[in-house]
Order: sequence, then C-alpha cells, then structure tokens
Amino acid sequence: MNQSTAPQTSGLVTATPSFAMLRTLSLVAGLSGLLVVLAYQITLPLIEENKRIAIERALFKVIPGAVSRRDFVTTAGDIIATGDGTGEGTLIYAGYDKQGRLIGVALEAAAQGYQDVIRILYSFDPACQCIRGIEVLKMAETPGIGDKIAKDPRFQENFVRLDARLNADASALANDILMVKHGTRTEPWQIDAISGATISSRAVARMLNDSAQRMVPKIMAYLDRLQDAGGETE
Amino acid sequence: MNLPNQEEKVTADTFLRGLWEENPVFVMLLGMCPVLAVTNSAINALAMGLATTFVLLCSSILVSLMRKLIPKQVRIATYIVIIATFVTIVDYSIQAISLDLYNALGAFIQLIVVNCIILGRAEAYASKQRLGATVVNGLGMGVGFTIALLCLGGVREILGAGSLFGFPLFGENFQPWVVMILPPGGFFVLGGWLLLFNWYRQHRERKLMEQQGATASGS
Repeated sequence: MNQSTAPQTSGLVTATPSFAMLRTLSLVAGLSGLLVVLAYQITLPLIEENKRIAIERALFKVIPGAVSRRDFVTTAGDIIATGDGTGEGTLIYAGYDKQGRLIGVALEAAAQGYQDVIRILYSFDPACQCIRGIEVLKMAETPGIGDKIAKDPRFQENFVRLDARLNADASALANDILMVKHGTRTEPWQIDAISGATISSRAVARMLNDSAQRMVPKIMAYLDRLQDAGGETE
Repeated sequence: MNLPNQEEKVTADTFLRGLWEENPVFVMLLGMCPVLAVTNSAINALAMGLATTFVLLCSSILVSLMRKLIPKQVRIATYIVIIATFVTIVDYSIQAISLDLYNALGAFIQLIVVNCIILGRAEAYASKQRLGATVVNGLGMGVGFTIALLCLGGVREILGAGSLFGFPLFGENFQPWVVMILPPGGFFVLGGWLLLFNWYRQHRERKLMEQQGATASGS
C-alpha cells in the first residue's frame, strides 16, 4: 500500500501481506482480551457488592420493620436455609424483627413488560396472608408512563394489603391476583391499573400472580422452618 | 503514504473545534441514537457523555499509537475491536459505580461501540495524526459531545420532570410536561437547540460580512 504508483482500486492485489494483517489483528485481539479480563477481575467484587446492597435496600423497604434477614432456597418439596445465597431452586429472603419473629418473606418475580422484562421484589406477610409491598429491581419501561409502576403512590397503595389467601386445600391462591382498569378496584385481590400504563400494570399483576400461586403454598407449608430460623440468628 | 503529510500542530483550535465549529451533535449531527435516547435526565446525559468521552479518548490513543501498524484492509475491524474493548471496560466500571445508573442507561452503554463519532474520529483523525494532537482533539470532541448531551438532558429534565440532577425546582404544584422526557421531546429539544445554534452562527457570519463590507468600501 506504500507504492504510490498503484491505483487505489488494485489495493487488494498488490497490498499488504497477510502476515501484517494477521499480526495486527492478533496483537489487537490479545491486547483487548487482556484489558477486558483485567477490567472484569477488578470490578467483579464491586459489582457483587453493589448487587447485594441493592437487594438488601429493596428487601428492608418491602418488609418494613425488618432488622435482619436469612436466605432460603426452595426446591421441589423443601425449603432450605442457605448461607451465601447459592443453591439450586428459587431464592427467597425471610425478614425478622428485633425479637427474631418472622414478619415477612421477600420474593423475586419477573414478567415481560412493555419494553423488556420487569423484575420486582415483593413481600408476603404470612400473618395476614397478603402482599405488603413491591419494589422494582430492574425495568426498561417508558419514562414518564410505564415507569410509574415504581413510584406512583396511588399504584403503590395497591400493595399495602393485597389479598393472597390460600384456597381450602392450600394448593393455590383462593383468588387470582388480577389487574382491573383504573378506578374499578372492588376486591382486595385486584390491582388498580395506572391509566395510560396498562401493559406495565398488567405485567406486575401477572408476575405477582404467577409467583404467588407457586410460592405462597410452599411458604405456608414450611412456615415453621422459616420462623425457627429467626431464633437462630439471635 | 502517497498522501501529503496531514499531521497538524496542536493549537487551541484542535481542542475548541470539537466544542463549537465541529461539535459532534449540533454541527455534525452524529451519534443521534444516544443523544435522543438517554437525555431524559441531566445525570443520564452526563454519564453517557463521560462514558463516550472515555471510550473516544482511549480508542483514539490506541489507534494513533498503532497507526503505522494497521494495514488498510483490516483497519475497520481493528478499530471496532479496540473500541469494543474500551466499551466493555466502561460497562463494567459503570456497574461498579452505580447499578441505578447502569439500569437507567440500559443498552446504550454497549451501543457506544457503534457510535459514529468514535469510529469517525478513529478513521478521520487518530489514524493520521500524532498522539498529542489526537488526545487534544479527542478530548475536545468528547467535551463537546458531553456539553451537547447536557444541554438536551437539562432542558428535558427541567420541562418534563421539573427538576435538575434530581433536585426539584418548582415545588409541589408543578405539572410536568411529560412529553419532554418521552422520545418526541428529544426531537423537540434537539430541534430547538439546532435552531438556536444555526441562528447564532448565521448572525455571526452576517456580522462578519458586514464588517468586511464596511472596511472594503471605506478603503
């Protein structure tokens, strides 16, 4: 390519030996790999710490009054305490007050929203068998419309005491958690939608219903184990 | 190279060009995707601007250092790998700094890879210039881009949410102009700024012409 006589179009014919291309590309690729791995290694502990703080902050927000927590994993027919949040199955977090009494269980739920998957943390209170609060962990909803699910105080009021009672044989919820049009909420298991953000509101209702149908029977069945664990932390 | 030597001396203009004369957003209209998408609040705009500046600067430095080593045929591939490396580093760094910010910026961090300002700088400037000039020029472009994003993000946040950098400005009774933080608002505000910029530029040119005319007729 340094020959000034060669016209531009024949560049490919007369051009650089493949060796030079190989050399440059491997050099750049090697350097790139090195830098990426280095950055990954350096930031990994910080990112993990950030994620833990985010979960913890959300957790103490959805379970008001909780001062300590223990993590459990739920498997097919069991709930097991886990120290570091690892293990097969769905992770749930039990929150305890000062006396070590179980005051709520926080669970993660997710469903497809308007733009992307919405992930929330919600708390289930075994005493009233109801959902006590939600906190959005991750979403990409439209700013100013769908993202109201995280902040809108009137939407949040739905989750002050959202009914999630079990049916007679304790295998599922007595009533499906459902979204209804804005201003038409009549039953304690209904969620009043945000007007203009029906899709995001429905996603929240659907993920709560899916998760609660599956998890609440388990939590109620193994409530003793969750309660006992609170005593151990004292 | 058969091209004439294009290496330029570092002057104040090398830096200032990115801010005004060749401002990537208001003059060259490059990188419109992040410009319109992430400027719904001032803090997002600032973070995006800084992230882009970092990638621009680092990739320009590397391209400039390796400019004699990179064969013409594989230059785009090489630039993309270099840019992608620094974007990945920025991606991890933002996650380490703040997860909220990372969630707010979403996919647009990864999309810095295809930001044409960066590729354009690598191709048009860094691959031909010495390290010093590249650093100064890249920094200028980055600062120009950040300022432009802040101009958009600031206006949109003030009108659309009634706050700036998250601090409420107008009190309880303010009714936010929600469309401003939605995608159409990005176009409105960008249009407004372009109007202002072009009006000022024409105004200045006319002044200059008039002055020259006056001196010409006076002599």
